[in-house]
Amino acid sequence: MPFSHSVAGLRARLRRRADGTPSSAARIRRRSKQRRRLANIAGLLAALVLTGVGYSALAPANAADDAISTQSSAEQAGEELYTRSCISCHGSNLQGVSDRGPSLIGVGEASVYFQVHTGRMPLVRQEADAARKPAVFDNAEIEQLMAYIQANGGGPTLPSGDLREGDLAEGGELFRLNCASCHNFVGAGGALSSGKAAPSLGDANDLEIYAAMLSGPENMPVFGDNQLTPEQKRSIIDYVQTLKEQADPGGAGIGRTGPVSEGLVMWVVGIGALLFGIFWMGTKA
Amino acid sequence: MATAVAPGQPATKIGKAATEIDERLIVAGPLRRTLNKVFPDHWSFLLGEIALYSFVILLLSGTYLTFFFDASMAEVPYQGSYAPLRGVEMSQAYESTLALSFDVRGGLFIRQIHHWAALLFVASIVVHLLRIFFTGAFRKPRETNWGIGVVLLVLALLMGVTGYSMPDDLLSGTGLRIISAILLSIPVIGTWAHWAVFDGDYVGDAIIGRFYIVHVLIIPAIILALIAVHLLLLIKQKHTQFPGPGRTEHNVVGNRLFPAFAGKATALFFIVFGLCAALGGLVQINPIWLWGPYNPAQVSAGSQPDWYIGFLDGSTRLMPAWDINLPGNYTIPALFWPTVVVAGAMFTVLALYPQLERKLTGDTASHHLLQRPRDVPVRTSVGVMALTFYGVLWMSGGNDVIADKFDISLNAMTWVGRIGMVVLPPVAYMISYRICLGLQRHDREVLEHGIETGVIRRLPSGEFIEVHQPLGPVDEHGHGQLTYAGAPVPKKMNQVGGARRAVKGFFSPIEQPSQVELASQQERRGLAAAEADEPVGSGRPSEGGRPSEGGRPQDPRD
Repeated sequence: MPFSHSVAGLRARLRRRADGTPSSAARIRRRSKQRRRLANIAGLLAALVLTGVGYSALAPANAADDAISTQSSAEQAGEELYTRSCISCHGSNLQGVSDRGPSLIGVGEASVYFQVHTGRMPLVRQEADAARKPAVFDNAEIEQLMAYIQANGGGPTLPSGDLREGDLAEGGELFRLNCASCHNFVGAGGALSSGKAAPSLGDANDLEIYAAMLSGPENMPVFGDNQLTPEQKRSIIDYVQTLKEQADPGGAGIGRTGPVSEGLVMWVVGIGALLFGIFWMGTKA
Repeated sequence: MATAVAPGQPATKIGKAATEIDERLIVAGPLRRTLNKVFPDHWSFLLGEIALYSFVILLLSGTYLTFFFDASMAEVPYQGSYAPLRGVEMSQAYESTLALSFDVRGGLFIRQIHHWAALLFVASIVVHLLRIFFTGAFRKPRETNWGIGVVLLVLALLMGVTGYSMPDDLLSGTGLRIISAILLSIPVIGTWAHWAVFDGDYVGDAIIGRFYIVHVLIIPAIILALIAVHLLLLIKQKHTQFPGPGRTEHNVVGNRLFPAFAGKATALFFIVFGLCAALGGLVQINPIWLWGPYNPAQVSAGSQPDWYIGFLDGSTRLMPAWDINLPGNYTIPALFWPTVVVAGAMFTVLALYPQLERKLTGDTASHHLLQRPRDVPVRTSVGVMALTFYGVLWMSGGNDVIADKFDISLNAMTWVGRIGMVVLPPVAYMISYRICLGLQRHDREVLEHGIETGVIRRLPSGEFIEVHQPLGPVDEHGHGQLTYAGAPVPKKMNQVGGARRAVKGFFSPIEQPSQVELASQQERRGLAAAEADEPVGSGRPSEGGRPSEGGRPQDPRD
């Protein structure tokens, strides 16, 4: 439309130049000012288009995808899920909302997998500790969310292959060294300060443990591949899962929490049974 | 002195053999006297026996464990049958404990029996101590035995700590680190004490071996000797008894050592052994293979001591981290107060309690009759107060586990403990004091007005009254004449007549209740002359109030 305007204006200008009246000269001055303005806008537009095209030619592939909006179908579905369930705390551009949720740019698919697959996200309410609960999204939806987050900022990705391929005993040493101080000897979990807690690993699957080490959810530190190599991570997972599946040779495990539950059993079962026993003897003799 | 009257020549072979032995060793007299000792009968008098029997179980199971345990701190790579630790460097102590758990026949079972029996040993000592305390059994002349009991409790705790530390696993090593810190926190002598115990800096290579010899030889020997003195004093001073019909400060009513008491004691031994075996076989305790070998760089969440040290862990968690910095680069660490001072004060007060009470009450007489807790409200309330304090510390020792399992903030748990240990004991004192007074008054009321029968009668005037059953003769106002004599007062109609002995029969009665009544009446007539000047209370079978069982009460002779 502006282009057709300018063509019509040019024609009119040529016509009026022939008239040669002062009023027409003033009109021509005004028109040329308009023309300069129009030329500036056209130039700016051309420069912008050139920059955009040049950027898309030079920038990384995924950014190019984004710019020319060729999202994969998974990313689109993920964005839809995000807009429905996550946007209120993490913001319209994954930038986070202060006092509600952190930015998700760069957290990567590992973090998404851990948080969503363990049911921690979407959050029920803001509190010290997000507890594990049944997942809201199914596996296909989680993959879509992972694709969307991964597409917008990248970050740690999920591993593949056998996640228990490691040295069992070394895994045990690494677990006691790096993990037991919060998660307990056997991964039973433990309390942290102010209502926070290191969760039990009882329900965690291999991939969740791996993703947690990569992404460092909540109070957990990140164990990047420089801190624990992928082989060491697999060893740790092997140890944790082996311990979980291992029977208790001594009888009932009573939570494997050590002296607290043992003391409880002694006082409730042991002393209780004996008090009953001697009371019985006392009434019978 | 009861000299055995020669009953004539023995006819049987056993009798002849016994005579031969007696002619050489002269044991018949003392043996007869011992076997004829009368022990009073009450269920709560068996609590100390539980401790004794669990100690016997500890000796037996512990001896088996010493065959396989190697108290060495030399590092070896594990090559045993537990796969998740294979190849890990560990001390020989830990390695041998793993071996005796997995590669020795019955090893794990015996180890678990040993550990459960250890928990039971201390627990039964504590329950026994509570019974002694709340019934006033520690009063003159038994202060010495009370003191020995407190020493035995402390030794049992030391026994537990050394035994807990010996496997050298990650859990016990964490405890050992705390023991080391407690030693270091003692002003002036701390460093030297630590050096003396650990033979150098923490952890060194001597401590497991030292704990081992302390655990299997020194403390058990002292405990055995003290138990012997404890029991000899008990026999010498005679067991206390609850007040009841026919029971006085000068007699003991109960069963003879042989056969009745010996039978019960044997039965109880098997019950205790059975319980330990059941727990040892069915419930896993201290699975050291899950904890891993000790490594000072590692520590696990939820590391706890065994229950009997939990109160010290709790006091440490509740104590603010107040280091006292003295001039001259000298510090009294915050850890000193909740461990050395609190434990020292608690056990000192406990050991000196009989003397304290004697000073405060001015009661210097000898007492052989026990008191019902309600009749001594101050002592009972002080005891409940102390128990509440202990309970708050104890609970706080596991506050991280409680916080984790019940989704409570750990900080909130700490403050609950801090405020609770100050506020709750006085509250407990006041509540138990009121309960004691209420129970006392109810006893007096029943003695005065009789038992509420639940029968409502309407008088000609239209007034409704509840019929009360007097317990004895009444005066012209219908008020009972019986005075309270420290024995349980029947509060329900079906407790009336409970003073007679129980009907025989284990699962079902094997004699007619009417015959028992008749027999007990006859016995009472026979006794009447002997005890005419003694106050007569009443007794319930559930409280062991059976005056006539076990023969006549005897004057203390031996």
